[in-house]
Amino acid sequence: MTDLETFRTETRAWLEANCPAEMRQPVKGDDDICWGGRNWVFSSPAQKQWLEVMAAKGWTVPDWPEAYGGGGLSPEETKALRQEMAKLGCRSPLNSFGIWMLGPALLKFGTEEQKKHYLPQIARGEIRWCQGYSEPGSGSDLVSLQTFGEDKGDHWVVNGQKIWTSYADKADWIFCLVRTNKEDKYNGISFLLFDMTTPGVSTKPILLISGASPFCETFFDNVVVPKHQIVGELNRGWDVAKYLLAHEREMISGMGGDGGMASLGSFYADVLEDNPVLRAEMAMFEVENLAYRAHSERFMDEWKTGRAHPAYSNLMKYVGTELNKKRHEIIMAAGGSDALEWESARTNGGARPRAWLRTKANSIEGGTSEVMLNVVSKRILEMPGA
Amino acid sequence: MGLYHTEDQTMLKDSVAPFLAENGSVKHLRALRDNKDPVGFARDLWSQFAEMGLNGILIPEAEGGLGLGHVEAGIVLEEIGKNLTPSPFLTTAVAAVEALKAASADLRGQWFPKIASGEAVIGLALEEGKKHNPAATALKAERSGNGFKLSGTKTFVVHGHVADMLLVSARTAGAPGEEAGITLFAVPREAAGLTAEADRLVDSSMSARVTLDGVQVDADAVIGEVDAGWEPLTRLLNAGRLGASAELVGVGTGAMDMTFTYLKQRKQFGKLIGEFQALQHRAAHLYGEMEGARSIVLKAQQMLDNGDPRGEMFVSAAKAKAAKSTNLAVREGVQMHGGMGMTDAYDIGLYMKRDRALNEVFGDLYFHADKLAKMNGY
Repeated sequence: MTDLETFRTETRAWLEANCPAEMRQPVKGDDDICWGGRNWVFSSPAQKQWLEVMAAKGWTVPDWPEAYGGGGLSPEETKALRQEMAKLGCRSPLNSFGIWMLGPALLKFGTEEQKKHYLPQIARGEIRWCQGYSEPGSGSDLVSLQTFGEDKGDHWVVNGQKIWTSYADKADWIFCLVRTNKEDKYNGISFLLFDMTTPGVSTKPILLISGASPFCETFFDNVVVPKHQIVGELNRGWDVAKYLLAHEREMISGMGGDGGMASLGSFYADVLEDNPVLRAEMAMFEVENLAYRAHSERFMDEWKTGRAHPAYSNLMKYVGTELNKKRHEIIMAAGGSDALEWESARTNGGARPRAWLRTKANSIEGGTSEVMLNVVSKRILEMPGA
Repeated sequence: MGLYHTEDQTMLKDSVAPFLAENGSVKHLRALRDNKDPVGFARDLWSQFAEMGLNGILIPEAEGGLGLGHVEAGIVLEEIGKNLTPSPFLTTAVAAVEALKAASADLRGQWFPKIASGEAVIGLALEEGKKHNPAATALKAERSGNGFKLSGTKTFVVHGHVADMLLVSARTAGAPGEEAGITLFAVPREAAGLTAEADRLVDSSMSARVTLDGVQVDADAVIGEVDAGWEPLTRLLNAGRLGASAELVGVGTGAMDMTFTYLKQRKQFGKLIGEFQALQHRAAHLYGEMEGARSIVLKAQQMLDNGDPRGEMFVSAAKAKAAKSTNLAVREGVQMHGGMGMTDAYDIGLYMKRDRALNEVFGDLYFHADKLAKMNGY
């Protein structure tokens, strides 16, 4: 056996021995997804146990270095681990903006001290992070942001407002873009980390069309941030933010929305039989879905081995989010009038229409589809013009 | 194994790409078309393919071939697609070879060396209607003497008029529409009672309507088992469909590259038209569609090479996606070339014609989306 085959065999055996049966059931509701953090209440002892054994192994972040709480696995081993987890139906032990976004940025731009301090806590799910990027006047044009950090010697005093901060009301810390130089648009932004319990920080959830409030408005009123809590150089936070956005898009594309390779149409065979045009739409969707899964796999393989174009995650973000919206449109059509029920217990409180509405944000958050197409066209296709 | 080409596969591409750009370019296609070439491809180019070893790409090493897989065959086909090279490679070196792998040692010994050396071209006589439907086979094969007597007609037999042998699907039992009861035969084109009436297609290839009027063949002309021809036919179709998908990716990529180049050269309103966001977004979307097609085709190739049981399903997904994406590429190509796209002098229209033919070969987008649905139980 090759080393990789040995690794795969051992990993499978380890997962079978250590992943609680309950953690191999499909995710049914929000409670089944573990986000960690200071205030996290585990939905079951199994959820807690699964996080702990995976974190002890470094496998919440399998490809991070062991010194920072990771598993130190190669790209091939990481892929093998994910495949084995998928085969057994193992849930992700930890969902975290710390893992998906901040961690990779710290690995690249953080000081040794910052890496040693923050990364292991992220890996163990001890700090839940939120992202302070967008502002009411700065959405797609993010670089126009106004939240200002005034230099006070050994600290900054931050004032301003963020919007669309995911789970800000539940997060422990924030990574935040703050203007530290008003003269220079691009080179006047810094990337700061601070505790959400710092005096002057307040949050207000935003009620969405889905009826849920996953996002908040976040206000900063004379918030004191020590100088050692900056990531990267002063006024060069945009470099960190861009790098992190690329990872965010990579993650979104890696997850590729809600579905795997499993056939969506097979769930709705009875409805499709009587609705041939819908059946045809479904079949076309399945073609696109399988193509996208392969595309996503190819991108991940190329990305991890340095073969992908640096801007390629923008393309995956566009393709993946548009496909996910399409998926939910079809699910709604196949669900018919049942899928309109908003409150009944038998529809789990209107889970289906709420999920459908939630997907409409997919192609807005983390860079709109239109911005993604701009980036692909300019950076990958090298189309002319500004 | 990653979902990208290995070093060896990249080397194969690096040798095939310049060879075809030099010898099998669109200029070569135009020359054959303008001279009303009766064959439909150039025999010297077919011999050159053989000299490079390409014709034996799927033939096992022990039988004189390269013993490579669908990924490698796809690399050659993508370059054929990019250059619109007229060639029997897909029918003969890919689809027919896969079917012959299920044949007797005698038949393999008879045909593999001739295919590898570029002496033989094989035609695929599988269709009877205007839409792909291999199970609908009605052409009759009745027991007669030491073998069978074949009677009926076949359509869309590409290179059928110049092929040395035809693979003919025939019904030995059951009814049209059933997979069981079909038998696959190797029939020499010179056989008495066989006539091939050729016509040029929209993409300048030559295709024949073939009539078999009591054509007598020996029992050893059967590939695989009598009544169980669906098995070698499935091998043939998997290889042919996936090969056509790879060629489609080549056609789409060629059309797309040509179009993007045009966007960076053509000026209107004092600007390069590639500066207009309306075109930039469509270009970026098209690029994503082609990348998706490229990915699913590679995935299906690796699956067939690894004997993955989901292979047949992914082949259908690949053919459907490649058909859809490439069709977008040629339509956007003609539109973005504006009036120039309508002229015969510009190559983009030739890509549109090739796409149309390749879409139809071995089942179009709708056939394969429907097949995928059926395989998933709806």
